[in-house]
Amino acid sequence: MLFEGNRFSSPFVTVPTGFCSWLCVVHRGTTTSETRPRCDWSFPYCQYTKEEPRCGKPILNNREPRRGKPILNNREPRRGKQEIMKWNGWGYSDSKFLFNKKGQAEFTGKRYRLSGMTLPSLQDWFENTFGASVKHKSPATVILNASVVPPPRLNEAFVENLKATGIPFSNEAEDRVFRAHGHCLHEIFALREGKKFERVPDMVVWPNCHNDVVKIVELACKHNVCLIPYGGGTSVTSALECPPEETRCIVSLDTSQMNRILWLDENNLVAHVEAGIIGQDLERLLNESGYCTGHEPDSMEFSSLGGWVATRASGMKKNVYGNIEDLVIHIKAVTPRGVIEKSCQGPRTSTGPDIHHFILGSEGTLGVVTEVTMKIRPIPEYQKYGSVVFPKFEAGVACLREVAKQRCAPASIRLMDNKQFHFGHALKPQVSSIFTHFVEGLKKFYITKLKGFDPHQLVVATLLFEGDRERVLQHEKQVYDIAATFGGLAAGEDNGQRGYLLTFVIAYLRDLGMDYCVVAESFETSVPWDRVLDLCQNVKERIIRECKERGVQFQPLTSCRVTQTYDSGACIYFYFAFNYRGLADPVHTYEQVEHAAREEILANGGSLSHHHGVGKLRKEWMKDSISNVGVGMLKSVKEYVDPENIFGNRNLL
Amino acid sequence: HPHQATQMSNYCLNILVFVTLQQRDPMLKRDCFEDILEERRNSSDLKYALRCYAPVLYKGVTPCKANMLKNIVLQSDQLHYVINQVSQESGEAPDIIQEEASVILEEMAHRLQISTVRCFAFALSKAFKTLFQHVCVNEEGIQRLQQAIQEHPVVLLPSHRSYMDFLLMSYILYTYDLALPVIAAGMDFMGMKFVGEMLRMSGAFFIRRSFGGDKLYWAVFSEYVKTMLRNGFAPIEFFLEGTRSRTCKSLTPKLGLLNIVIEPFFKGEVFDVNLVPVSISYERILEESLYARELLGVPKPKESTSGLLKARRILSEDYGSIHVYFGQPVSVRSLAQGKVNRSTYNLFPRHIPRKPMEETQSFVNDTAYRIVRLQEDNMVLKPWVLMASLLLQNLEGLELSVLTEQTVWLRGLALSYAAFLDWPAPTAKVVSSSLALHRGLACVSGDRVSLVVGEPLGPVTPEEALFNRAVSVLSCASYRNQVLHVFLRPAMLAVAMLHLSDEVYNCFSFLWDMFSNDFILCPGDTVQDFEEACYLLVKTGAVQMPQQDIVMTDIGQPTLSFFNGLLEPFLQGYQVVCRYLCEEASEGLTEKQYIPAVRSFAVKLILAGNLRCYEVLSSDMQKNALAALLRMDAVRKVKNRMISHINQTPISPSLSLVAVAEDLYRDGLTPSYIR
Repeated sequence: MLFEGNRFSSPFVTVPTGFCSWLCVVHRGTTTSETRPRCDWSFPYCQYTKEEPRCGKPILNNREPRRGKPILNNREPRRGKQEIMKWNGWGYSDSKFLFNKKGQAEFTGKRYRLSGMTLPSLQDWFENTFGASVKHKSPATVILNASVVPPPRLNEAFVENLKATGIPFSNEAEDRVFRAHGHCLHEIFALREGKKFERVPDMVVWPNCHNDVVKIVELACKHNVCLIPYGGGTSVTSALECPPEETRCIVSLDTSQMNRILWLDENNLVAHVEAGIIGQDLERLLNESGYCTGHEPDSMEFSSLGGWVATRASGMKKNVYGNIEDLVIHIKAVTPRGVIEKSCQGPRTSTGPDIHHFILGSEGTLGVVTEVTMKIRPIPEYQKYGSVVFPKFEAGVACLREVAKQRCAPASIRLMDNKQFHFGHALKPQVSSIFTHFVEGLKKFYITKLKGFDPHQLVVATLLFEGDRERVLQHEKQVYDIAATFGGLAAGEDNGQRGYLLTFVIAYLRDLGMDYCVVAESFETSVPWDRVLDLCQNVKERIIRECKERGVQFQPLTSCRVTQTYDSGACIYFYFAFNYRGLADPVHTYEQVEHAAREEILANGGSLSHHHGVGKLRKEWMKDSISNVGVGMLKSVKEYVDPENIFGNRNLL
Repeated sequence: HPHQATQMSNYCLNILVFVTLQQRDPMLKRDCFEDILEERRNSSDLKYALRCYAPVLYKGVTPCKANMLKNIVLQSDQLHYVINQVSQESGEAPDIIQEEASVILEEMAHRLQISTVRCFAFALSKAFKTLFQHVCVNEEGIQRLQQAIQEHPVVLLPSHRSYMDFLLMSYILYTYDLALPVIAAGMDFMGMKFVGEMLRMSGAFFIRRSFGGDKLYWAVFSEYVKTMLRNGFAPIEFFLEGTRSRTCKSLTPKLGLLNIVIEPFFKGEVFDVNLVPVSISYERILEESLYARELLGVPKPKESTSGLLKARRILSEDYGSIHVYFGQPVSVRSLAQGKVNRSTYNLFPRHIPRKPMEETQSFVNDTAYRIVRLQEDNMVLKPWVLMASLLLQNLEGLELSVLTEQTVWLRGLALSYAAFLDWPAPTAKVVSSSLALHRGLACVSGDRVSLVVGEPLGPVTPEEALFNRAVSVLSCASYRNQVLHVFLRPAMLAVAMLHLSDEVYNCFSFLWDMFSNDFILCPGDTVQDFEEACYLLVKTGAVQMPQQDIVMTDIGQPTLSFFNGLLEPFLQGYQVVCRYLCEEASEGLTEKQYIPAVRSFAVKLILAGNLRCYEVLSSDMQKNALAALLRMDAVRKVKNRMISHINQTPISPSLSLVAVAEDLYRDGLTPSYIR
């Protein structure tokens, strides 16, 4: 998927999208202006979205039942962000890329920095890269046709008991379809095409707290109902897909209502949070008290805390704050066997294998995470972006390796390859002043002519520093000095920001591509340092070759970046897209190529996944990845915790 | 159980016939040749040598200066690891070992210089025009190679029949504006003062013939080759057969270098490696009689510049034409698909040398055999090759008309077995021109064609006469050997049918096993080869296969007896070796003594009139026979001494193969020669 960060987000919830003002927090001392709000530059999150708060409305549904069918529904009119989000694409309904009448690309809406801007070079880049044309449209189905949704198979006894608890639920087609998928290419493609669904959840429930979840799980066990936890719905591993062979009633357990920060402990710097909270809301609420978690997966606008735990998510700034497994102090989860949690909040324990690690990465197969105690940090005083241009990808990788060796990585350091650099440049908004234009030209002249960098080879590392001002500046110098020894030239803050922008709008761009016969996806891996270059090159070559063999008529876009550095290796993120005109079944072709690419990754020493997870998409490689004994261990845990397979999404094993 | 085996193979046959058919058919589509000398005869050689030469390299890399290459190698993690290891083991300081490594590299490395290449281009143009009528190259193969060089690291794997081979290869690549290869050459060339350096400057790098235990040498050598390969600086060229084949049969491939060039693929350092088999066929080999003498025990003249100058005499003779066929590039990635799991390399640092895993070893071995088979398949066969096969079965000579007639017949047979024949004119004309070209080997007196025996100058001893005759026979055999790969499988089947008609598959399988040092038989392919043999014999109507039997047809007699005659020298050679080991060899026979001892044993037999097979005198055959017997556990080596197990009759059940051997030797095969 075209999104970095954890995408699964199974079990949890959203604050009614309220204000995204955490993004507008004043950062003391950015370079240009002392009080520049962070979303002033290209940070793409919502700037301001006013919505009614949810609380206190009577539970009822005033919609008329359609076509006389009885609809069981006691849900509130608004559930999480469903109403303001696309049902068949990425993100908010009001935000999308399109080519306007003049043929120029623009980004609609008001939520993002790029919103309302025209991007003059995007069309050329798009047409040249993919051999596509804005004349060849492949528009999506506009409205969900209820006839493509199979009728719900309800478990009457379960429904009756559930009603008695007063927990909201629904079996409306829209609600069920919304939770029947993540954001894999094949899932979105099918939605756009209006294809008939084989299996979707039969109903959706919205527990409001831990105890509600306990009740639901008990009832599910009692009536043998299959539960699939649902958080932000950003999975890219087919983890949310209902197993077609499942004959029991499937209930999607939507955690979006469990979205409160229950307490905050400034002495120990931890917060106790309900697991349904969405990343941006968690950060906004903490910011109000002067804190942050620092966990920023690229999907954080939509993904939930429970989903992060369930997939072992990784955040952009993990170098400072750690990945989810480093951030979590305590997990409470409801399983068919009962509630699992620890008895204390000791920062580290030696009490046998860490039971958190059965839950971290369990992908909704064992239970629902309901509450999490998480580390928090004071909001950093100062933040600064930066970028470095290297003549070649090899030099960039060597630099990142050295930075990792010296353990001086900034909050985020990423290396984009040449293709991604050009991609990023295609997203430059129209330049208004002649002066800016002139400066841009001058920069380009300096790098390509005076320094002799080949524009078709050069790559860019983007940096984000955080901390107190003095240390940031010191740190910055240290990193730039290392970069210089590898031929790197500092290339300014703007390039750095644009680099991060790409990650946040990429999934919106995929929707644009799909409007014009281009399918796209992303995937990731982690690999030891010495294999980084070889893996990148071989995977790209494999993709190009597989596309050719499968009749893809235009050379695909294959691009990669190093997105995380570790002591002994790195996380690599690939983009892959191609123009599918002339192909009978583009999704199938795409899947074959992705499969081959994954085999290539594994053959080159890469892992099955760094942070996306396994889901159902990569199950077939689990045995080779963790050995038969490893699979057996996981199976025996599942067998004990959930012998009836109540949590029957069939991910992982 | 043998019977079951036959049944099983018959069952397989039905399926495999079609597979075999499909496999062989694409090979029938071969490219056309262009004579590159034609242009040389019509335009200035000097201009040609000085023309603009700008080959396209792998993914557009810029060529790497020889010194830069050395630095990359000396600074590699791989080499550093071994240097430290050796230093710890020997107690020497790493600096000293590093220095040693640098010296080794200096001795090894090529210093490709375009000016030297241009000199060679000029000189070779002159020489080739004098020596050869045509130098033919398949241009489509060149185009494929050009494509391959740009996409992947390329390894050129030519057949090796002559010293000419690698000069010829570079000459052709220069002619077509392709990247010049770096060539692995034996250290013996370095002995030639001036010439050695010339070769070095035209892209040769030199390796010691044996360095088994020397870790440091191995590390420098393999890192040097891998560095060139990984970066795609130049195509790598080496001879899979390891040395020139003195018999013109393909030699059992050596795996060392192949292992080195394939490993970067397994380790994910390159996306793929393309192996390009190149078949170089000479109508007349420059070293023809030299080889025969060498096989008879006259030591190979040491490579020296003065020797080369003396050899100028060969410039005055006509050596016919050369055909060079660049085969389809073979992708190691496709070959390894499903056979080698590359992720087994994930858990070990890539810069630490490690013995290849069993899976890899057998893959490399298999690949090596397949490549040599591909070389064989694309060898162009001249009419003389067929004539020599016929003449060797008629040592007393043949009527010219009979020879012509049989040549026509044999041509038909060869064609239906997918042989790659070059038949430039009607048969009668072709026969006479072949005889003219090879007048040193065959003479026509009146109507009779027979092998030439070295003219007796004055009185000669019987031994000398025998030696001269043996030189003729072995030289002639080296031409017959060129066609063996076409006929080998059906011929083994024919032999099996004639001698053990009720257990044909078992006998075939025994012969297959026994001859696998002498011929290129891919390990594990016994059944497949048997099916192919059946298919080919059925196809030409020589046998029928009603139900589960294999029966000779009425018209099959000439084919089967020709095949029988074709393999007879080999069967006899092996028999003589066995006889020697049984009857004469003392307990303490050493490897060194073995060859002269067998030779004099055979000479005795021949002089006494008890043996008429001269090929037994070939040291190549003697070595192969011994290797086969060792492999089949009929003979064992104990501290360099042979202990023969072929002792009279009693044979333990575990040595059942030897039992079959005994049967074959004692009762079976044409006992008339051994009285």
